[in-house]
Amino acid sequence: MNTKGKVFKYPDNVDTDVIIPARYLNTPNANELALHCMEDIDVNFVKEVKKGDVMVAGWNFGCGSSREHAPLVIKTCGTGCVIAKSFARIFYRNAINIGLPILECEQAADEIQAGNEVSVDFDSGVIVNHTNGKSYQAQPFPPFIQKIIKAGGLLASLKEEDKNE
Amino acid sequence: MGMTMTQKILAHHAGLESVVAGQLINAKLDIVLGNDITTPVAVNEFKKAGFDKVFNKDRVAIVLDHFVPNKDIKAAEQSKTCREFACAHCVSHFYDVGKMGIEHALLPEQGVVTAGDCIIGADSHTCTYGALGAFSTGVGSTDMAAGMATGMAWFKVPSAIKFNLSGKLPNNCSGKDVILTIIGMIGVDGALYKSMEFCGEGVKNLSMDDRLCICNMAIEAGAKNGIFPVDDVTHEYMKGRTEREPMVFAADDDAEYERVIDIDLSKIYPTVSKPHLPENTAPASELGNVKIDQVVIGSCTNGRMEDMEAAFKVLNGKKVAEGVRCIVIPATMQIMRECVERGYVTAFIDAGAVVSTPTCGPCLGGYMGILAKGERCIATTNRNFVGRMGHVESEVYLASPLTAAASALTGYITEYKEV
Repeated sequence: MNTKGKVFKYPDNVDTDVIIPARYLNTPNANELALHCMEDIDVNFVKEVKKGDVMVAGWNFGCGSSREHAPLVIKTCGTGCVIAKSFARIFYRNAINIGLPILECEQAADEIQAGNEVSVDFDSGVIVNHTNGKSYQAQPFPPFIQKIIKAGGLLASLKEEDKNE
Repeated sequence: MGMTMTQKILAHHAGLESVVAGQLINAKLDIVLGNDITTPVAVNEFKKAGFDKVFNKDRVAIVLDHFVPNKDIKAAEQSKTCREFACAHCVSHFYDVGKMGIEHALLPEQGVVTAGDCIIGADSHTCTYGALGAFSTGVGSTDMAAGMATGMAWFKVPSAIKFNLSGKLPNNCSGKDVILTIIGMIGVDGALYKSMEFCGEGVKNLSMDDRLCICNMAIEAGAKNGIFPVDDVTHEYMKGRTEREPMVFAADDDAEYERVIDIDLSKIYPTVSKPHLPENTAPASELGNVKIDQVVIGSCTNGRMEDMEAAFKVLNGKKVAEGVRCIVIPATMQIMRECVERGYVTAFIDAGAVVSTPTCGPCLGGYMGILAKGERCIATTNRNFVGRMGHVESEVYLASPLTAAASALTGYITEYKEV
């Protein structure tokens, strides 16, 4: 599994209220919600994002509310991967559970700039910045979590376990 | 090697002799919780995955609290989804309008959660129940769906920071000032992935409402959970409430902590978090002339009886400043009723405040007190992110009920002083 696209860059502590403001949470419809992704800090994101693009951010990405709508709208917009220095724990869990690829890599998050063209290989954790040819190694997921991701999310993985028992 | 209190609860629920930080475990759940925003997403996932029943109808709690009484047609549809699911699966802890309250005030009050429990909730402030000596943490809707179906959840066993509390809080401070002080000290990711374990001789001087407020905001420091030891105050609170037998766990003497932080409660002062992060704390007395348009006293953080008492103490017989909207929201129907019986509601209305039915409403910018561009609010809620209570260019300052009420009277952020 991999993705390749343009980088959208964000600061530390991007919270779930700016990823998807609560005023829109009166619907569980992902396509409807996705129209407002990042709206409170970047009104252009939804207009510009293309399938496979990559979000790069600082520390504690996705802090705040437990709303799964946050990783869901990022994924629904077409974002192929989020790279950050660290993720807030509920966001981290939710992203894995719904199958949004995320990677922690401090150096990549520091050096990759907005508008750069990058590709990410999720199996190896290798990030390549095609704008300057630099590459980075992110920490790969532990096997237990890889299993969830490969199955396509938590519920799909539970169903697989069910079948195997 | 010894275990922290959290690790002991997790080991017990995973059926293991012991666990260590970093270990991945599957644990049995005592309660799986969701609200009117997160449950509809969980219901979709639950159905999509082909599950047809919940693992135990008495261990699922669904509370309609964020956008009820329904704020609009779409919110009404979400409530309806929850209601139909609860009915179809005979969910015993389903709380609809008239019975509901803000989930994290309601579940402890109704005795649905108890000491020693392992709880997940599709709401980030689920960490509140650590005040009772339970392991309790926020998750997303898919985890809720999986939890409802299987009664299990996976966890990475957290390491912990120990907060050694001593002394007694000054009269103009409460649990809110303690937790804001701590978040200011360690930052919004200061406890990321970790437990915050509160202990020390100062614990006995904190009421249950103080402890619930402190654990409630553990997530605002990035923590997985916050937890207090079980003592006389806990037992007194749980007596006659809890429907299940509590289990008491205590940290081992040789438990390992990543960091130990000493907090002298007597040195705490009324604290305010400035926009747009809870870690931007400052003494209320040093803010200068910060004019406010709105005051909100309520939420899962500070909508409990002691918070209402604090608001009453300040507002009774006084008038809210000209140009300030003061909104008081008791967190549950029981608290609301108590406020009516004690004459608090009359006092709030006479002071020029409004009193609302329980709802999370304004805290997350849902409804019941949305801010316009450039407006400023002091709130007893838990987050002051960009756009949290309304317009992207509005501002939220977080504070205790005493500070918020004192500010309502003056029209600018004011430290409460005993007269």
